[in-house]
Amino acid sequence: MSAGQPPIDSPQISRLTPVLGPGHTFRSVTDKISSIVLTRPISYGWFVGFAITFGFTAMMTIAIAWLFTKGVGIWGIDIPVGWGFAIVNFVWWIGIGHAGTLISAILYLLNQKWRTSINRFAEAMTLFAVACAGIFPLIHTGRPWMAFYLFPYPATMGLWPQFRSPLIWDVFAVSTYGTVSLIFWFVGLIPDLATLRDRATTKAKQIIYGMLAMGWRGSVRHWHRYQSAYLLLAGLATPLVVSVHTVVSFDFAIAIVPGWHTTIFPPYFVAGAIYSGFAMVLSIAIPLRKAYGLEDYITMRHLDNMAKVMLATGEIVAYGYFFEFFMSQYSGDKFDMYLFRMLFHGPYAHFYYALILCNVLLPQLLWSYKIRHNVPILFLMSLVINIGMWLERFVIVVISLTRDFTPSAWGRYQATFWDWATLLGTIGFFIMLVFLFVRVLPAISITEMRELVAETSEAAAD
Amino acid sequence: MNEQPQPEHKDDRPAIDVHLGDLSFPERPLDLAAVRAKLQSKTGKQYWRTLEELAEDPAFEELLHREFPRQAPSEWDDSVDRRDFLKLMAASLALAGLSGCGREPEQYLVPYVKQPDGMVPGKPLFFATAMPFGADSIGLLVESHEGRPTKIEGNPDHPSSLGATNVFAQASILDLYDPDRAQTVTKAGEIQTWSQFLDVAQALAATFRSTRGEGLRFLTGIINSPVLTAQLESILTRYPLAKWHQWEPAVGDGTREGAKLAFGRYVNTVYRPENADVILSLDSDFLVSGPGNVRYMREFYRRRKLNESAQADRVGSEMSRLYVVEPTPSVTGSSADHRLPLRYAEIARFARALAAKFGLGGSGKLDPNIEKWLDTVVKDLKKHPRRTLVVAGEQQPAEVHALAHAINASLGNVGTTLYYTEPVEAHPVNHLESLRELCADTENGKVSTLIIVGVNPVYTAPHDFDFAGKLRFDEKLGKKKIETVIYISPHFDETAQYCDWHVAESHYLETWGDARAFDGTVSVVQPLIAPLYKTHSVHETLAAFTDEPGLSDYDAVRDRLQAENPAVDFEKFWRKTLNDGVVAGTTFPPINVSLKFTPASLPPVNESSAGELEFLFRPDPSIYDGRFANNGWLQELPKPVTKLTWDNAALVSPKTAQKLDLTHTIPSRGGEHGQVLSDVIDIALSGSKVTAAAWILPGQAEGVVVLPLGYGRKKAGYAGTNKGFNAYVVRTSNTLWAAPAPAGVIRKTGNGYPMACTQYHFNMESRHIMMTATLEEYRKNPNFAKSEETPPENDSLYKGEAEFPYKRDKWAMSIDLNSCNGCNACIIACQAENNIAVVGKDQVMRAREMHWIRVDRYYTNTASSATGQSTGDPSEYQPALENPETFFQPVPCQQCENAPCEEVCPVGATVHSAEGLNDMVYQRCVGTRYCSNNCPYKVRRFNFLRFQDWETPQFKLMRNPEVTVRSRGVMEKCTYCVQRIDRARIEADKKNQPVADGAIVTACAQACPAQAIVFGNANDPNSRVAKLRAQQRNYQIMPELNTRARTTYLAAVRNPNSELDNA
Repeated sequence: MSAGQPPIDSPQISRLTPVLGPGHTFRSVTDKISSIVLTRPISYGWFVGFAITFGFTAMMTIAIAWLFTKGVGIWGIDIPVGWGFAIVNFVWWIGIGHAGTLISAILYLLNQKWRTSINRFAEAMTLFAVACAGIFPLIHTGRPWMAFYLFPYPATMGLWPQFRSPLIWDVFAVSTYGTVSLIFWFVGLIPDLATLRDRATTKAKQIIYGMLAMGWRGSVRHWHRYQSAYLLLAGLATPLVVSVHTVVSFDFAIAIVPGWHTTIFPPYFVAGAIYSGFAMVLSIAIPLRKAYGLEDYITMRHLDNMAKVMLATGEIVAYGYFFEFFMSQYSGDKFDMYLFRMLFHGPYAHFYYALILCNVLLPQLLWSYKIRHNVPILFLMSLVINIGMWLERFVIVVISLTRDFTPSAWGRYQATFWDWATLLGTIGFFIMLVFLFVRVLPAISITEMRELVAETSEAAAD
Repeated sequence: MNEQPQPEHKDDRPAIDVHLGDLSFPERPLDLAAVRAKLQSKTGKQYWRTLEELAEDPAFEELLHREFPRQAPSEWDDSVDRRDFLKLMAASLALAGLSGCGREPEQYLVPYVKQPDGMVPGKPLFFATAMPFGADSIGLLVESHEGRPTKIEGNPDHPSSLGATNVFAQASILDLYDPDRAQTVTKAGEIQTWSQFLDVAQALAATFRSTRGEGLRFLTGIINSPVLTAQLESILTRYPLAKWHQWEPAVGDGTREGAKLAFGRYVNTVYRPENADVILSLDSDFLVSGPGNVRYMREFYRRRKLNESAQADRVGSEMSRLYVVEPTPSVTGSSADHRLPLRYAEIARFARALAAKFGLGGSGKLDPNIEKWLDTVVKDLKKHPRRTLVVAGEQQPAEVHALAHAINASLGNVGTTLYYTEPVEAHPVNHLESLRELCADTENGKVSTLIIVGVNPVYTAPHDFDFAGKLRFDEKLGKKKIETVIYISPHFDETAQYCDWHVAESHYLETWGDARAFDGTVSVVQPLIAPLYKTHSVHETLAAFTDEPGLSDYDAVRDRLQAENPAVDFEKFWRKTLNDGVVAGTTFPPINVSLKFTPASLPPVNESSAGELEFLFRPDPSIYDGRFANNGWLQELPKPVTKLTWDNAALVSPKTAQKLDLTHTIPSRGGEHGQVLSDVIDIALSGSKVTAAAWILPGQAEGVVVLPLGYGRKKAGYAGTNKGFNAYVVRTSNTLWAAPAPAGVIRKTGNGYPMACTQYHFNMESRHIMMTATLEEYRKNPNFAKSEETPPENDSLYKGEAEFPYKRDKWAMSIDLNSCNGCNACIIACQAENNIAVVGKDQVMRAREMHWIRVDRYYTNTASSATGQSTGDPSEYQPALENPETFFQPVPCQQCENAPCEEVCPVGATVHSAEGLNDMVYQRCVGTRYCSNNCPYKVRRFNFLRFQDWETPQFKLMRNPEVTVRSRGVMEKCTYCVQRIDRARIEADKKNQPVADGAIVTACAQACPAQAIVFGNANDPNSRVAKLRAQQRNYQIMPELNTRARTTYLAAVRNPNSELDNA
């Protein structure tokens, strides 16, 4: 640490600003991070938070149980709007899951050191988001007990899924993504699990962490294997960042519904996914760093970088909106043109305006350095973007269906209590998993932080 | 580990890979010499199945041992090594769960020990019968599966059906299985036996024999059954002081009294719309309502078919022209060439002016615009001597009917477009006066026993008669006004609760009987099933008051027929009658009646009677006068013009609504396709008050408020109780059909009421959906319906990929929009045929109704459609709604060849058949609803919940066994009645012939009185459907989507009078 370096949180943050607070040693890093899991008592705040989110999870469970008892008719869906909250939520959660892999895989390959302190929980968040997303395709089917028909299994009748349907592509894309994300995350965790095993305070923890550490001893050979496996997995995960949401966007782009049938969807969905993913990472990172005093690890530079990524992807999304509108008018397609008139003037216009406000107008504030460095505003901004991205999916999925080809069949959509219960329930479930995660696994990669300490001190020594 | 030498294949059987080809024995020459040698070497009797076996060919024996030699690799039989064993076990375990379903427990069915004659299990039988309805009956053929009637179809041999039916006939099968029907005889609500009732009835009969029937009264509706008439007559002769009263709430006395006014006697009028070049309807909905409506619709639309083979400028010259003057849009009015909205009271004035124009005397002053309209009509009528028709509406007063008779006579129409016969109904009387007399007599204590047959007078009688008060315990008298009230009806309804005895009436499919059709033809009503409950027919009930209390209705019908036809071989005659469904030679001959009426003799018009508002009472198009209130099919049937279900509403014209500040709002739930919140109004009329939801109806005459009858039932059953509002409450004997009133009688309550409306958006948004033209436009441009955006055939990105050839049959449907007036018969027919669930009002309001075929209604001349600036809010169109042109379009599944639904189904649950049908595989469907989202026509229906009633045993009997009953979570849609296709194909295959054109009639096509729907094989150039598809008017909805729909439409062509600027 040289005196010449600008202090943390100083206005002159640059690429050279360290991504770790000053004065950290291997021991201090390990102590700090592992203590959250091993020694720190359960705080009152954690308990209350966990209880609330557990309540929401219970609500989700009840909503799903009631759904299985009665059928999807308990939701607001109808004919013409065959897809409602379930699909909106699915696309939204899948999108949120994108940031984790982007941070851990792509930024790793690009050697962006600042990813280190956020990649662990970003990946965890990805997994939890995919878990939340994965609930919906199953429960949205009319006969969930038959949903296995979507998998290619050797049925006695010789029947296969219909491979032309994008829903089948979804099955593969999402399950692959979930699996790779899980493995990637777990592989990254192994050295840290070994650390926790070694520092375990009770026998039970020692045994559990020991089993999970899979015999990690930290030998050079282990490290060698570990590094190449991690690199390979990063390479494997990288295309998935792009592929999953591309495939999800096909659910719409392949269909002929006006408002869905657009070639711009794949890139625009991917950008939107990263957009919402980073927003969610911020929504979690900001309270987390506050609650556990991790400001030294998740520094302003992290927040600033993430805000910039949001800004960039936000601009791509805005571009997508504009060209979606432009192409609808330019194509002269009467159905598309009508739909856009509906977006601006129809009964759901307020949704569209809210979407533009949340996803296009407000995020422009991120150009301002001051906004990017005002943590409460940044937090609010991340929430706004999350809401905006949810609205975007709502606009695409629901509003397009309310005004398609045959005017006599036009209708509307209104979510029921059970729709909301499922949406809020999955949000509660997601946060509950985050609560559990910070208590049982190191939220920041100890190993990588130690590497960072080494590098920082080397840099300082230079 | 040492590499072990691969062990030799020790098995003496041939190695599987090498010798497989040899195993299939036809390729291997049979060694006959060896066979002979083998045979000789054997001793004793030998049994052998094939020569190969005899030859003991090792390869053949191998084949016998292995049932599936190609599939089973030899390692299954080999000693299994550990790895393979583990592999197999792992795979079996992994896949064990997938096999999932267990076997159903084995249960045994006992087949017929002696099979009934002519019955093949699984093959339906059809029986001829007839449904009595008012002064008409519709001849039917009823499909019966193993003794259960399941589907009603029209009887082609019957004059009032000609093979078609209407909604009431189609839906009456549900009434048979209605679980809420009264099921037994009750006395004051207590269950009694039939013999207890007989005892009481015989005791009463004994009393009346001594008193000559003093105080005995009968109250019935219109009776058109000769057997029942004879029975009543014989009772009346037996008890000369007894009286027979009649009350039919939804049929006006105008028809009867008008005939009396015109001819001095009651006569029945039979129309022949087929012969009419110009028809003027004075508020008559003759296409869907009143006697003979099914027949009239058939005849009318015969004249609306376009024969394209004629010379271009002669095309459509045979088309008739329909003018309608009416206060509220009816089905007939909506499909007219010219429609003039006029108030009810003004129609009489209009009729007078019309008569005056024909020099019949009298006079009428009209508004100049209407005068102009009238002049054009008169000119048109005069242009077609003897080939015109003026029809007066059922609810119009006697004077309008008399004027219509006079005009028809002066135009020389009698004998060509209409004729008169003896009345079809027995003992025609003025029903209102008849009921008034009964009520007055009751007040005066002259009635001691009242026998009510149907009618439900407590609910339907005019409010000021206070019929319930006549039956109730009278506090002043200290007793009931009528000692004994006996009521026979199918439901324990509003009237039943005031009666001493209630006899559960059998459904017409459960009893023998007879009925006259609109032209006098008698049909035998033949039961399809023994009564489901302890119900009795009206015949049996009335017979209880005679000397023959045990007379069965079967004997009554037979005896009467035999008595009337003494000369013939009766058994033969009887069988033929039952087979044909009509009694030969019973059609009334035309009679000559002379007009004894001049319009000049009419009293002057009472100008003061006009109020700011005019309330009209009309039977509901779905549940009629309330008798079908508990019929879920009819309740859920979107009413033809309003598209409302499950409720009635006070229908107001757009201008009146504006004045009264009445609006609709569309909530998000359900939206335009499902739910509309309408303002609730209090109507204080004739000293009574009713609260109703207001519904703004385009095309209604200004100031007119229509109160549809039949709703607001208090004791109708599960489906019918407390639906809508009861318009009878404000209907008095003075204002039976129309009540003028000041605007102040309507008060907005400020509340909203959710209405279940299945189609609120009525603008086509300039899309290629409903194509219409006038005859003139059509002659100029016969291809007007074709879209410029139709993609060329075989225009595919995938060149070289051969189109599927559809070699044998290529099913297609053609719907002639020229012939559709939205009568809805197809919807109910489809519902009955395909076991379609009723979902209830709440689900309709969530846009989840299940009808496989819907009838869309579009208004044209809606101003903003051309500018394309609309956002779907109907209030934008208000200025253009005074008299819009209305068109109807039935939309079943379009059965696209390039089906968007098929592409997106992830599990292949909707697939294309080799005949081009878009099949649904319910068992495979997991319910992602993607197909419905991707369907541009939105014809798919989803079981959002468990809509089918699986428990009620009656409904189990009712269902068509050839159609799967869908579970929840499954998508369904129109199949083109694939079960009927299969039945016909099997029959054709048995004869090794192609399926004949017309052998397959879908349920919708079968029911359609206008013959608008034609189904057939598009590959056969001589089939009707192929010819229709070749017409220039033929088009597809939104062809730019390149779905290549098999359901195509013939564009609607109207025949307006060019002299009449459609104002």
